[in-house]
Amino acid sequence: MNPVIRVVGLGKSYETAAGLFPALKGVDLEIRSGEFIAIMGPSGSGKSTFMNLLGCLDTPSSGDYYLTGQNVAHLDKDALAILRNRTIGFVFQGFNLLPRMSLQDNVALPLVYSGAGKASRRAAAREMLDKVGLGKYADSLPSRISGGQQQRVAIARALVNKPQLILADEPTGNLDSHTSEEIMALFSELNREGITVVLVTHEPDIAAHAKRQVRFLDGHIVSDHLTAAVPA
Amino acid sequence: MLRAMLGEAWLAMGANRLRTALTMLGMVIGVGAVVIMIAIGQGAQYAVQQTISTMGSNLFIVLSGSFTAAGVRSGSAGGPTLNVADAEAIAELDGVVNVAPTHQGRRQLVYGSQNWSANVIGTTPPYLEARAWTIASGAAFGDSDVRSATRVALIGKTTAQNLFGDENPVGKTMRIQQNPFIVIGVLASKGQNLDGNDQDDTVIIPLTTAQRKVFGTPFLGSVRMIMVQADSADNMERVMDSTTALLRQRHRLREGVPDDFFMRNLSAAAESEAETTRTMSILLGAIASISLLVGGIGIMNIMLVSVTERTREIGIRMAIGARQRDILTQFLLEAVMISFAGCLLGLFLGLAIALAINAATGMVIVVSGAAALVAFAVAAGVGIFFGWYPARKAARLDPIEALRYQ
Repeated sequence: MNPVIRVVGLGKSYETAAGLFPALKGVDLEIRSGEFIAIMGPSGSGKSTFMNLLGCLDTPSSGDYYLTGQNVAHLDKDALAILRNRTIGFVFQGFNLLPRMSLQDNVALPLVYSGAGKASRRAAAREMLDKVGLGKYADSLPSRISGGQQQRVAIARALVNKPQLILADEPTGNLDSHTSEEIMALFSELNREGITVVLVTHEPDIAAHAKRQVRFLDGHIVSDHLTAAVPA
Repeated sequence: MLRAMLGEAWLAMGANRLRTALTMLGMVIGVGAVVIMIAIGQGAQYAVQQTISTMGSNLFIVLSGSFTAAGVRSGSAGGPTLNVADAEAIAELDGVVNVAPTHQGRRQLVYGSQNWSANVIGTTPPYLEARAWTIASGAAFGDSDVRSATRVALIGKTTAQNLFGDENPVGKTMRIQQNPFIVIGVLASKGQNLDGNDQDDTVIIPLTTAQRKVFGTPFLGSVRMIMVQADSADNMERVMDSTTALLRQRHRLREGVPDDFFMRNLSAAAESEAETTRTMSILLGAIASISLLVGGIGIMNIMLVSVTERTREIGIRMAIGARQRDILTQFLLEAVMISFAGCLLGLFLGLAIALAINAATGMVIVVSGAAALVAFAVAAGVGIFFGWYPARKAARLDPIEALRYQ
């Protein structure tokens, strides 16, 4: 299968008061379509920097990043915004729903930026809310539902533009273990439907839901193996 | 997409109603002040122009020179240096519309048991046109009345009321200096002139009749004053110069000999009055505009606060695909909507107050659609101008930083 993501010698350095700090030191990685991959590592390992680069929120200092075959390492901000809109779906630790909007409008928001008409936005948002089992709350505000439900809405929002890839940054960090299991089950189900899922986490039992685990340390990948290969 | 964004801007405005209302208040007061000041300023201009138009426009007078008898100088219009032939010659000049030799003074009028003192003007028919007099009832006298010195009179409204009361003066006979005059017409009311004199307390009679029966004249055909109307304000200077040259030539005045007549520009005073009110209304508008500026700064202030408060929201929007111009548009729209809503309210408030001022004090106000349009354009401009910096600040946020913002 074609790689959805291929990074070659990807590096990122930040200006700090103490000089240039290399957060990521030449990473090579390939993620194929349909994979479910967990990116792990302690804080400061470079996994968040890597995630930001994968999500087109930032551009690398060195190396190349091929997203669905296209080198996006040197694109401008607007081109990156369009990629985030069409190709990638984001799920965050803090859910990040807009508090003043109904769940349906929250889910439909990416479609506003891709220029879809009102009727098709509504229909697509409704379909995704139904898919995550929250169709009946379509007109409620985010504050009316639980954290686990909010994360489901966030997943619906990530899915609404039919992305090639879902990037989930600590999606269970704010949830209790039972709800976390439900959310991970939802990701597994989406992955079975063929969506590529990249998950960032520092919890081994969450990472265990993924099929493949990549571990970062000090800006390098230190291990890359299939989940089944690791004894539980 | 724009419609979706308008809806979102509306939501954002509704999210903090008190703050939005207070921000709008700045615009309401600003626009309201501009509307009121423009209404008052234009009203004042209108009032002055009305008065000027009742005086007649582009007028100047030529007065006969003084003459000295036994060491006593007569003052202007005292001597017999102007005559009817001078007036006829002036009428031939380029740019001259009306010429009326005139003789006037206060005289006692008598009708039945009533008597009244009024300004009596002896003149020729062009005078009526030059001074913008119209006939309310009856008819004006003509050139033939001047030629045969008939004893007919046109009287002003004030004179008519004081002398004739409720009676219709037309066709009645009154006396001026013991001479009977038939009233053939009543002049339409003009009100006060710029000096506060009642222009309606007037009797107009043929020049020849006035000279022979009312004022008397030392030399036949001489006149005290000639009123001249030029065809435009721009031509006034030129017409006055050519009149001077003509009269000097006709009076055979050599180089170095002073003029034996005086000239006065009647429109100059009126124009300076108009200029004053125009300056005043510009000044009023300028002062009011300052409050509009302050309102705009209020919008900028609140938009900056809003951008900071909503940093995380901006980060989320960027993460899910908002481009910089989408964020820019969103915040600009919000600023413009606040500005527009404030403008609309200010427009109504200003109108209401201007009408209230009119009702309470009787001050003339002029409300023009153009002023309202300008106010609207300014409001949109203020919204865009003062919303631009905060909106650009929002659009330039780094998505990662913005997402991390608590």
